[in-house]
Amino acid sequence: MAFCHAEQVALEGLGMIADQRDPEAFRAALRGWLTENCPAEMRDGARGEDGICWGGKRWAFTSEAQKTWLDRMAAEGLTTPTWPVEVGGAGLDRAREKIFHEEMAALNARSPLQSFGIWMLGPALLKFGSEAQKQTYLPPITRGEIRWCQGYSEPGAGSDLASVQTKCEDMGDHYLVNGQKIWTSYADKADWIFALVRTDRDASKHNGISFLLIDMATEGVTTRPIRLISGASVFCETFFDNVKVPKENVVGEVNRGWDIAKYLLTHEREMISGGAAGLTGGRALGAVLAQATPDGKLTDAVLRAEAMACEIDSLAVGLTLERYKDQAESGRGVGDASAMLKYTGTELNKRRHELLMAVAGSDALDWDGVHQGLPADWLRTKANSIEGGTSEVMLSIISRRVLGLPG
Amino acid sequence: MANLVTTEDETMLADAVRGFLDRAAPVSAFRALRDAGKTHDTALWLQMAEMGWAGVLVPEAAGGADMGHAAAGILAREMGKTLVVSPFLSTAVIAATALRQVSDARAMAALAEIAKGQLTYALALDETAKFDPEGTQLTATKVGNGYQLDGRKGFVVDGGSADRLLVLARGDQGLTLFDLPADRDGINRTARNMIDSRDATDIRFDAVQATGDDILGVVDDAMTVLRPALEAGQAALAAEMTGTAIAAFDMTLSYLKDRKQFGALIGSFQALQHRAAHLWSEIEVTSSAIINAGRMLDQDPDNATLAVSLAKARAGQTAKLAVIEGVQMHGGIGMTDAFDIGFYMKRAWVAAEWLGDYSYHAEHVARLRGF
Ligand SMILES: Cc1cc2nc3c(=O)[nH]c(=O)nc-3n(C[C@H](O)[C@H](O)[C@H](O)COP(=O)(O)OP(=O)(O)OC[C@H]3O[C@@H](n4cnc5c(N)ncnc54)[C@H](O)[C@@H]3O)c2cc1C
Repeated sequence: MAFCHAEQVALEGLGMIADQRDPEAFRAALRGWLTENCPAEMRDGARGEDGICWGGKRWAFTSEAQKTWLDRMAAEGLTTPTWPVEVGGAGLDRAREKIFHEEMAALNARSPLQSFGIWMLGPALLKFGSEAQKQTYLPPITRGEIRWCQGYSEPGAGSDLASVQTKCEDMGDHYLVNGQKIWTSYADKADWIFALVRTDRDASKHNGISFLLIDMATEGVTTRPIRLISGASVFCETFFDNVKVPKENVVGEVNRGWDIAKYLLTHEREMISGGAAGLTGGRALGAVLAQATPDGKLTDAVLRAEAMACEIDSLAVGLTLERYKDQAESGRGVGDASAMLKYTGTELNKRRHELLMAVAGSDALDWDGVHQGLPADWLRTKANSIEGGTSEVMLSIISRRVLGLPG
Repeated sequence: MANLVTTEDETMLADAVRGFLDRAAPVSAFRALRDAGKTHDTALWLQMAEMGWAGVLVPEAAGGADMGHAAAGILAREMGKTLVVSPFLSTAVIAATALRQVSDARAMAALAEIAKGQLTYALALDETAKFDPEGTQLTATKVGNGYQLDGRKGFVVDGGSADRLLVLARGDQGLTLFDLPADRDGINRTARNMIDSRDATDIRFDAVQATGDDILGVVDDAMTVLRPALEAGQAALAAEMTGTAIAAFDMTLSYLKDRKQFGALIGSFQALQHRAAHLWSEIEVTSSAIINAGRMLDQDPDNATLAVSLAKARAGQTAKLAVIEGVQMHGGIGMTDAFDIGFYMKRAWVAAEWLGDYSYHAEHVARLRGF
């Protein structure tokens, strides 16, 4: 079915010449497929919270088109374009992945599915998971059937994440989990959680942590939403009270969870910085300008200067993200440099939204004003430099691990 | 979009260039030139030409290496690291690119001479203290079959040592680019005493006679030839500045790992660590813009303006930040002439101004992005 594979295309006679060796033939085939299959309503490029499809058992599709789009893309492996075909991806290499994003952008197509499963758990399972775990957990992520959340932070373990205390005891035929997580984004809407738990209290703090997969429907798991400054309640306190977890739900080795946690954090950081660089199209500024000015041009000299500076830095940060992704493809992984991508991307995103607020003036100070969602978006960006490791922590990672400065 | 990863060939080129420059043109060589009151080094340029650097953008048909703008950027970056003084940008990048746009027999002959290191050029463009090609006032008045040039040019980089000058002049109908020998009657050169100890010259043009043969490209249409040349120069200069930033940063990082105060290495203080980490991040981000500009000039030169202005704008800011932070983190020793970091600061300021400063290029970006 996946048209990206020449042999299969030929077999099924779809008439698309998607020769793997010729990227431009792939582009043509992809463009044709997208044009034919992307519903008109999904071509508004919506990036705001409203346009996102998160999937999951309890997901209520906002329209028939949203469901159609998800199903069609998932069937082609295109919700997770770079994942292997065997687990529901499209197996695209870096060159084809770029083409994929270019063609999606050209059509102004919405992303069919976003999720913590795609951004974080998937890459971790692909690297550290057993075959059985990959087969069990990855395909439902690609189809948007299971929604995951991330249970890392605790009240006493934020920047100092390795001091997590949530207790995980080996009861012979199962584990027993007790403790509390906090700032768990979308925990109240998620089906499963991947959590860092302490399996050895006597070992040094990095060596007693395990990476555990927990079904949120298990007895003893409860969540309590926390209201954010933006008015939304996207994150929760998550409580584990004598929660029984099957033993096969540990990913990798017991007590070696910190390695996985770190690996996953580099993906999270890349993803967060990507979100920031995604604004380089200038659309965000353009849209605000169109509302705020008669001709879409900035006349205020100071604002215009800041807009130029933001644009320059956005373009350069966007290129840097691309460069590092290119490098990762050539086998030179991003590694600790993801801290730099996260730091530059998120600080820029904050700056950009401060600019947008200034351009929009008092119209941006009204929750229900003409710039729909702008105040909430602006407030949300303030979390960018906190979530996934704060900017200060990113700078410390760069200084110690990249620059080799003494700790 | 072009692949932004440095290729193996490029890494090999950079290593070879570095190896040569560390031997032939370390910062101590620049210091010796400065102390001797010299602003250029002909012997070094001939050695570079022998290795093909002077012909990096010269077609093979004219004896060049024709390696492209990404490669030129690598050469420039490596030169920037040790503040190498040479006519590379003026001659091998700007003039060679301009001549290539014409490619007639005369231009090819000039390109061949450039590749051999036998001919150097300078771009006589600025007239005020700010880069502004469109504001050119130097007049080219039609006289009989020829032209008469009157006016002045300032901050002509390499203008004191160049054999020939590319002169931007205004006629009745528009701007024309002249290619003149620097010793033609009526041309008067006065060296300036630059903070970076390099050759920059003010030039007077008093009734300088030129013919149609002295025009590079077409009369009243300088930009067809000049725009690609300027963009090539701006991209290479941006690469040079990034080299300057990298070297200043490396010096600073070594110092952080060496200097002790309060019984500890100063590099263990978080306030300095975070400033170093921020600076490194800025350099990484700028490096992407530099690579992108080289790739765009090689692959899609007609649409490279945004990439070039982005690179020049970022590189100037980053080089300035690197030297400012570098001096600060060195403490008192950073302020001394005996220590090299001051050279980097002075060069960064000149390079950031030449061929358009941050505001100039930011304005380009803003216009191309529609606001
Ligand atoms: C919107 C949002 C969503 C989130 N989603 C999730 C999620 O889904 N799952 C999850 O597990 N977590 C999530 N988090 C939590 C996030 O990862 C933590 O907030 C973050 O790691 C910081 O921890 P903390 O809040 O305890 O702050 P602290 O660690 O207490 O930091 C307070 C301040 O001290 C500074 N600081 C701390 N240590 C140092 C140091 N060594 N040097 C210098 N400065 C330092 C920090 O930079 C910060 O400015 C989310 C957070 C936000 C804001």
